[in-house]
Amino acid sequence: MTCLPGKTDKALGLVIDLDTCVGCQACVTACKGWNDQGYGVPLSDQNPYGSDPSGTFLNRVHSYQLVPDDAPPLVVNFPRSCLHCADAPCVTVCPTGASYKRVEDGIVLVNEDACIGCGLCAWACPYGAREMDMDAGVMKKCTLCVDRIYNENLPEEDREPACVRTCPTGARHFGDLSDPESTVSRLVAERGGVELMPEQGTKPTNRYLPPRAKDRPDQASLLAPLLDIKATGLAGWLDRVLDRVLGKI
Amino acid sequence: MTAASLRIDTSPKVSDEVRKTTCYMCACRCGINVHLTSGKVTYIEGNRDHPINKGVLCAKGASGIMQVTAPSRLRKPLRRVGPRGSGAFEEISWEEALSQAVAWLKPLRDTAPEKLAFFTGRDQSQSFTGWWAQQFGTPNYAAHGGFCSVNMAAAGIYTLGGAFWEFGAPDWERTRLFILFGVAEDHDSNPIKIGLGKLKARGARVIGVNPIRTGYNAVADDWIGITPGTDGLLILALIHCLLEAGKVDLDYLARFTNAPHLVNGAEGPEQGLILRNAEAQPFVIDRRTGQPAPWDAPGVEPDLGATWQGHRTVFQHMAERYLSPDYAPEAVADRCGVPALRIRQLAAEIAAAAFDQPVVIEEPWEDFRGNRHPNMTGRPVSFHAMRGISAHSNGFQTARALHLLQIVLGAVETPGSWRMKPPYPKPMEAHPTPHWVARPGQPLSGPHLGYVRGPEQLAVHPDGQPARIDKGFSWENPFSAHGLMQMVIPNAHAGDPYQIDTLFLYMANMAWNSSMNTAQVMEMLTERGEDGEYRIPRIIYSDAYASEMVAYADLILPDTTYLERHDCISLLDRPISEPDAAGDAIRWPVVEPDRDVRGFQSVLLDLGARLGLPGMVEADGRAKYRDYADYIQRHERKPGIGPLMGYRGDGTEEGRGAPNPDQIARYIAAGGFHQAHVPKGARFFKPWNRAYQDWAVALGLFDSPQPYLFNIWSEPMRRFQLAAEGQGYLQPPEALRPRLRQAMDPLPVWYPPFGDEAARDFPLHALTQRPMAMYHSWGSQNAWLRQIHGRNALFVPTAVWEAEGFEEGDYARVTSPTGQIVVPVAHMAALNPKTVWTWNAIGKRKGAWALDEGAPEAKEGFLLNHLISELLPPKADGMRWANADPVTGQAAWFDLRVRVERVGPRERAEPQFPVLPRVVPMGGRRA
Repeated sequence: MTCLPGKTDKALGLVIDLDTCVGCQACVTACKGWNDQGYGVPLSDQNPYGSDPSGTFLNRVHSYQLVPDDAPPLVVNFPRSCLHCADAPCVTVCPTGASYKRVEDGIVLVNEDACIGCGLCAWACPYGAREMDMDAGVMKKCTLCVDRIYNENLPEEDREPACVRTCPTGARHFGDLSDPESTVSRLVAERGGVELMPEQGTKPTNRYLPPRAKDRPDQASLLAPLLDIKATGLAGWLDRVLDRVLGKI
Repeated sequence: MTAASLRIDTSPKVSDEVRKTTCYMCACRCGINVHLTSGKVTYIEGNRDHPINKGVLCAKGASGIMQVTAPSRLRKPLRRVGPRGSGAFEEISWEEALSQAVAWLKPLRDTAPEKLAFFTGRDQSQSFTGWWAQQFGTPNYAAHGGFCSVNMAAAGIYTLGGAFWEFGAPDWERTRLFILFGVAEDHDSNPIKIGLGKLKARGARVIGVNPIRTGYNAVADDWIGITPGTDGLLILALIHCLLEAGKVDLDYLARFTNAPHLVNGAEGPEQGLILRNAEAQPFVIDRRTGQPAPWDAPGVEPDLGATWQGHRTVFQHMAERYLSPDYAPEAVADRCGVPALRIRQLAAEIAAAAFDQPVVIEEPWEDFRGNRHPNMTGRPVSFHAMRGISAHSNGFQTARALHLLQIVLGAVETPGSWRMKPPYPKPMEAHPTPHWVARPGQPLSGPHLGYVRGPEQLAVHPDGQPARIDKGFSWENPFSAHGLMQMVIPNAHAGDPYQIDTLFLYMANMAWNSSMNTAQVMEMLTERGEDGEYRIPRIIYSDAYASEMVAYADLILPDTTYLERHDCISLLDRPISEPDAAGDAIRWPVVEPDRDVRGFQSVLLDLGARLGLPGMVEADGRAKYRDYADYIQRHERKPGIGPLMGYRGDGTEEGRGAPNPDQIARYIAAGGFHQAHVPKGARFFKPWNRAYQDWAVALGLFDSPQPYLFNIWSEPMRRFQLAAEGQGYLQPPEALRPRLRQAMDPLPVWYPPFGDEAARDFPLHALTQRPMAMYHSWGSQNAWLRQIHGRNALFVPTAVWEAEGFEEGDYARVTSPTGQIVVPVAHMAALNPKTVWTWNAIGKRKGAWALDEGAPEAKEGFLLNHLISELLPPKADGMRWANADPVTGQAAWFDLRVRVERVGPRERAEPQFPVLPRVVPMGGRRA
């Protein structure tokens, strides 16, 4: 049993805009690429050229269909990774203390040296955000690129998670959600950002900006014909249009 | 217990070195930072300084590391030793390989250069490969545009002097309404995503017109799930509504288009051509005087409504056609699958965006007539489209219709609308015409591909026989500006219009997903004639990977991966320009190959030197260029103009200047690219803007200013229509007259896609698109990407799903007029009710790409290609027309009609083909 810090100095996390995510998977492979050579053991792949390839990914994108009663069906692309919960059940369930939440920024990490690969944390996570690395036998999860965001070997502008840096549509935002003045907090306020499955009581840090209302064409103002073309013929229409260009009407 | 005080290294060293080059995981050509540790590639990210991707990178780009280490990489030149297709090869040395190629090619050049057909697939060096083929002297060269999106390219050039593709872009900063027609995820991949993100961030409207709601259409504020092949009809209905309400930009039409030009109304050989004065120039009627005046004279106010000696303006012809009740929303709604009210709402929304809040940039400018304008006023509505509307047999006219919609709104090259990237705008008249006359031992007199102005430029011999093996630029497809790669193998196999000897392919998977009618193409490649020889006697192929095509070649020239090579992304070809800057770039070997492989372009130069091709040898016969890098730096297309524009001469010259031996080193130091910025005052209205024209000449894009007008009325098209009507000394084959009359209409027109003739028995449309993570990619076997998209299913709309009683895990028999497949199905609600679709190019042949034979791509994966023939079913007279657009020859993939029947659960898709013998070992663990 591992304890959570009561309060963290910051609550670093992601704000993901579901109105903007096109489901391109860029964040998925950028994450894979960075973390394959980043914090902890590489993200292995089993049977990468075989009949049933499977590997460790810390971030995956799913697409869901919604069928509203009164509007055309929708597709929502949904990136899924660790939400860095305040009440992270994956931490409290860990028998060795390998899973922990950092006091300084709220990032939930796995100390791989202490991880015994029991998998309890993955069972405890209601979001399916942890993946056991099958080669190393340790639990892997989003680190918020803890080895990027403070990395003095990187230019300052690159000190953000790899998924945020790469996102072509800019649908992913990174920042301190405990600071109401931060860009991410303001986005959440403006766009009605939501917690994922709040009923689970995990108090996730990450927020999702919901898709804006769609398929609501303006009913009010259809174009009015200049005149009754059937009655006037093309010549009448032409006179009317060209009067307009001459500023007569 | 708590571990919160655990100390971890948050500042690890990232890599030993970062090398900046250009991605090649698709056609987007983003800048990448390649991190190297101990000499190995350890991480790839986007280059923040790069104009295309500004630091971001797509799923393909970030997976490039798996491409450089892919087990499917070829290792050494190979020579076929068993029957073709058996996969029996022996490894040979490069000297043997090149000698073999020369032994085959030299006699062809000396006697009949046309017997070499050289076609390149995902080639990004077409200005070079085309030049090589030109020096060889064969008329048979093109890249893959014929089955890609030539309709979009050609319609753009003939209408606007610029095309969508990556050659233009919405004004992302200022546009208020962006409308995307059809699948278009690849050109431009990241710039469109970045742009969509900008629109979303500031709440601009995005509307998707697409039978399928995925990707960009999923985030669109509005989705119009149109029936495939009817986009042109919808667009012309929008134009109807705009004209009806007078919501068109009359000033723009009068100044910048041929709307005020007069159409010859007199019956005879000139009917329908633009009326010209004694100097052979079009003219207008000046509203001030009511008299004819030069179209380009200062102060002239062209009268759109003029009638002169019985000849009416283009504007009147246009208005007459589209105001017709035939184009009213109520008349087209059922065919488009879009309610009439919805069409009228869309027209109103477009008009409001364009005219109610014009964008004004306070930048004075002067037009080509010498008129000064105090500011730049534009229409903040923009459009984009690619193969979704283009890959139909009515795609050319549909693309032209979309450009007409842009034009009537004044929404091209104005602030807030759609803008061109240098070297565009470039009028059709500034492009070459096709060159095709082959002479033994001689080069062609000019480039192969170009823009036909009239029947006299067709690549057709006096006896009526097409000169090109793909029948490009023939009466069957006069404007085939990208050639017809999809016809090369069928025509070469049939010896129609003639026999060839050697088929030379680069990066083109013609034995699999790049051919229609794949199974039959494989037979064509292996079939022998009565003399026991293969019908296509020799096949040379260059690829970096063990693709399906490798097994069907006689000689394999293994290429490098993209991180191991030199390339130039050139203004002579397809540069990385943005609307505000011309740009070009390089690739350079950020790692050295660990195999006995060579960059294809260097190999081609070596072959050229051995063949003694002009421009590739010195006077004494020695090779002129050491390799492709040497060519990039020293080649001059015209004096002072080379493949790269930056750092010319002593390193300070841009655009024009002598070759610089340090040029590539300078590019490397600059991050792999160079930009020349369009000056203030020149950034909009480029086709008519003096400051832009002068800048373009200084940079070397043109030799003299080339102002021009947009072609609402297309004279080249009318010339072909006239021929079809019996005018002129060059006449089309009798059978082609009716369709030329229809398709070569000088005003945009809609006709049903040819595939619809099968609608009665095949009620559903069938489409393909590639997932964004694989679009335009040569790497779908990539270890990471195949975990994301390793399977494909046929997506079926709700009504069909229910009618057929489909359940999860089911397969369906899918039948088209020419083929049948059995494939897994999945339900999709956000889909046009008459459409099924799948992800393209997931399916692989067993044994290819170093994958396990049990790979899902090979077992359950499938291609729709088996259902699509390069020819349509026979007509009543027995004739079989090409399954293509009659204007350009673009393969009409999206015309496909099918029916589906439930067959219950299955284990594997059909058809299955014998396992391809392996030319590289199966992949094991990843690097």
